[in-house]
Amino acid sequence: MIEIQNLTKRFVQHTAVDGLSFRVRRGEVLGFLGPNGAGKSTTMKMLTGFLAPSSGTASILGFDILRQTRKAQRQIGYLPEGAPCYGDMSVRGFLGFIAEVRGYRGAEKRRRIDAAVARLELEKVLGQTIETLSKGFKRRVGLAQAILHEPPVLILDEPTDGLDPNQKHQVRELIRSLSQDRIIIISTHILEEVSAVCSRAVVIAAGRLVADGTPLELESRSRYHQAVTLVGSEVLDQVALEALPGVAGVERNALEGSLTVLARPGEVIFPQVNALIHQRGWQVRELDVERGRLDEVFRTLTRGDAA
Amino acid sequence: MRQLPAVFKRELGSYFATPLAYVFIVIFLVLSGVFTFYLGGFFESNQASLTPFFNFHPWLYLFLVPALAMRLWAEERKSGTIELLMTLPIGRFEVVAGKFLAAWVFAGLALLLTFPMVLTVNYLGEPDNGAIATGYLGSWLLAGAYLAIGSCMSALAKNQVIAFILAVGLCFLFIVSGFPLVLDAFSAWAPQWLLDAVASLSFLVRFDAISKGVVDLRDLLYFLSLIAAWLAATVVVVDLKKAD
Repeated sequence: MIEIQNLTKRFVQHTAVDGLSFRVRRGEVLGFLGPNGAGKSTTMKMLTGFLAPSSGTASILGFDILRQTRKAQRQIGYLPEGAPCYGDMSVRGFLGFIAEVRGYRGAEKRRRIDAAVARLELEKVLGQTIETLSKGFKRRVGLAQAILHEPPVLILDEPTDGLDPNQKHQVRELIRSLSQDRIIIISTHILEEVSAVCSRAVVIAAGRLVADGTPLELESRSRYHQAVTLVGSEVLDQVALEALPGVAGVERNALEGSLTVLARPGEVIFPQVNALIHQRGWQVRELDVERGRLDEVFRTLTRGDAA
Repeated sequence: MRQLPAVFKRELGSYFATPLAYVFIVIFLVLSGVFTFYLGGFFESNQASLTPFFNFHPWLYLFLVPALAMRLWAEERKSGTIELLMTLPIGRFEVVAGKFLAAWVFAGLALLLTFPMVLTVNYLGEPDNGAIATGYLGSWLLAGAYLAIGSCMSALAKNQVIAFILAVGLCFLFIVSGFPLVLDAFSAWAPQWLLDAVASLSFLVRFDAISKGVVDLRDLLYFLSLIAAWLAATVVVVDLKKAD
């Protein structure tokens, strides 16, 4: 378990992380969300022992990050933001260096490197210097370095940032395949990623925790939760839709020519809308029930955040 | 200390992964030759000794060694790899010492490549090879002291050029601290013991003694403790500055 207690980091000009507390259990993939500058990276840097907190502390599987830094760091595989690697080294040399610092020698070292290389499909670029690799490969080298010691805790700072859709998909598949029996914390500002890989989402803004729940729970906070969007072949009667029981309002999207019928909190309005369509004999080309829009929830939660 | 060799190996390898090592070695060899034969008057002195060769090392190192040291930490910070390095389960001092030792061994390697000087002087006459050996020892210790200062300056400045200039400035002060240039600034007001203390910090006095074949334990201790002190300072500075 990772336990974060009242973690705070003050810099000269501002407070980056402000009294953050939460726990992450084994088996959870935690999406760490927040606008740029909300304190995600700073929190991760404190968890990995790179930065010392101004106050508060955290423990990684029982090891305090301040008093047992080395032991805590042994439990963690960390991908810093932008996946920095030694550009002048070959992939093989770089992974060898990480393995040696992690204390592996001889056959054990080779086995660990081979396993990480196979998992990230780096066989073809083993002899290349890292600076000549594409962005996707560099990221994979950074991930290989993080999983080399098969750590129980993985902390990945924006692992898919700047990758193309195929590469993003690969990284997400990898995270999913690693998630069993581990603790994974991923920071991101890509919301689809949260629904795609995370079992839990923590949202912070201006260094404070503003939401904590499963992606589904977060989506249900949206005003679009249970909303029905319809596109008709003809002009639909907006007033009749607004009059239905449980309806909070109707929004017209001029661009797509669609109407979005919003539900009051806790209400399910699809049956009523469907009945009205049949009753009026409307020709409806598209009909869609929304689970909620994460980006809208995200904006609502983090609004007023200067960054 | 189990991880120090890994850091050392990586760092030493990185010198040879770029043209840096080769450029440094070539420039060092050419300049030390120029200084010895043209400015030092090696042949004119008509003596079978390498004194003209060693005499210029403090000044030659003044610019070459900070150039070697400036990338030690500045580059890690600039590329962000310092975050990777410092989140691995490894002690601060091991990293600082591993990096320093790699640079020091590299400097030693460049120094060893001046062996044709030794061959030449042995061919031309009968030099005191003991004095030559201590000359090399002194020169290597001097390079170590410069490197330790350079390492600390590199940790202090993210910009390599600034790290270089700071290191050159500080090394220069350490060279001239036995000279009137510095001592005059103190002599008007400082008590004699302080004056002596400042004068005793000078690289030149100690280096001259060693390179003439006089290996005084105090001079060895001076260089080694100076290196240790600057490395300790580097550990502190790295910790303070790593996240900037």
